[in-house]
Amino acid sequence: MSAAPTQQGRLATEFAKGVWKENPVFVQVLGMCPTLAVTNSVANAIAMGVATFFVLVGSSFLVSLLRKLIPREIRISTYIIIIATFVTLADSALEALVPAVHHELGAFIALIVVNCIILGRQEAFAAKNPPLLAIADAAGMGLGFCIALLCLGGTREILGSGSFLGVSLFGPHFEPWVIMILPPGGFFMLGTALMLFAWMKQRRAARDGALA
Amino acid sequence: MSTQVELTVGGPKPTSSARLVATLSIAGMLSGFLLAASYQVTKPIIDANQARELRESVYKVVPGSTSVQRLVYREGALLPIDETEKTGEPVVFAAYDAAGRFCGYGVVNEGAGFADQVRLIYGFDPASKKILGMKVLASKETPGLGDKITKDAKFIANFDSLSIATPVVVVKGGRNADNQVDAITGATISSKAVVRIVNEANTFWSGKLPPPGAEPPPPTRSEGGTP
Repeated sequence: MSAAPTQQGRLATEFAKGVWKENPVFVQVLGMCPTLAVTNSVANAIAMGVATFFVLVGSSFLVSLLRKLIPREIRISTYIIIIATFVTLADSALEALVPAVHHELGAFIALIVVNCIILGRQEAFAAKNPPLLAIADAAGMGLGFCIALLCLGGTREILGSGSFLGVSLFGPHFEPWVIMILPPGGFFMLGTALMLFAWMKQRRAARDGALA
Repeated sequence: MSTQVELTVGGPKPTSSARLVATLSIAGMLSGFLLAASYQVTKPIIDANQARELRESVYKVVPGSTSVQRLVYREGALLPIDETEKTGEPVVFAAYDAAGRFCGYGVVNEGAGFADQVRLIYGFDPASKKILGMKVLASKETPGLGDKITKDAKFIANFDSLSIATPVVVVKGGRNADNQVDAITGATISSKAVVRIVNEANTFWSGKLPPPGAEPPPPTRSEGGTP
């Protein structure tokens, strides 16, 4: 990628960075509120991930499209209006389509408005780049967020309820580790995941140092 | 002086207030329009979902029932009034089987649980003074412990054919009489809350329901899935 990157190569790079190298949860440590609160089951993690993905991609596209029309002084308020609109759309869509999941997530759907990942991408990327790139960036970040929620939600549901997506895994004799689906479990799992990522980063740095 | 010059030369030109106001107003208007449109589309679906959910809960707690009629208690009588009219008056659901015979009432009540309100529905047979079944509709009890009142099949089975001629009591370590409910280990407070909510509703409705055999007839029009 050292030579002038092609449009496609650029799109792929912007997409890929959010999934792993700049993962919004594990690397940027953003969006902690939903990450801790709704990862007590796989179904909740998926619903929150999909809703955030939709809001992020929609807002990034619109902000990027309107980036030359939005005056600098009121850009944040305009972004918030755009984001809040998409969040409310997602909220009513979830309530109409999957009432059970909507009931479970409660206020956390509305709180997507203040998810730092979304506002951060508008300010850091969508406001400065053309729509296609903004969509690639948003989709990457959204997918990275979904993957992070799924990792935590999967582990917490397996340990805390002995099931995956509601399907019992270990039979009736498994004593579930209840604390994992309670709030402390969220902190334990997030801490473990962050430790893992920090360790991998250190190892990579050490290897790169040895090569140089 | 020099800072003033630098600001105007280096920074971008400030936008006029009129343009700022106009931009935000247009954004707000477009957003409002979109939200109103989505509300129009989803509101009937959401209402229908809630009505269907309640109807299915009645079928669940009154075994054998296939249709249900919403009855409002007004001036000493039960009047069939549907969901579109919400007045805050006490409501009970009469359930009928496929042949139109009365099979029991679905009674909704809520009260304090261990954490926040617990809302439940139970089926009641006035002839035998028995509870036919119970289902928790909404609760925020502790996951893994108190929320067993929603999921624990053994606990819920306590309410199948539970006598309520005298108030229901909570016991530990197995039932000895047909008006006893065996508490969930680790969720005694939640178990007691469920029983208290059932007892309260039963006290409230005793004397207000018509004598057995004099229940309101089933609705003539079908209570189908349409809102």
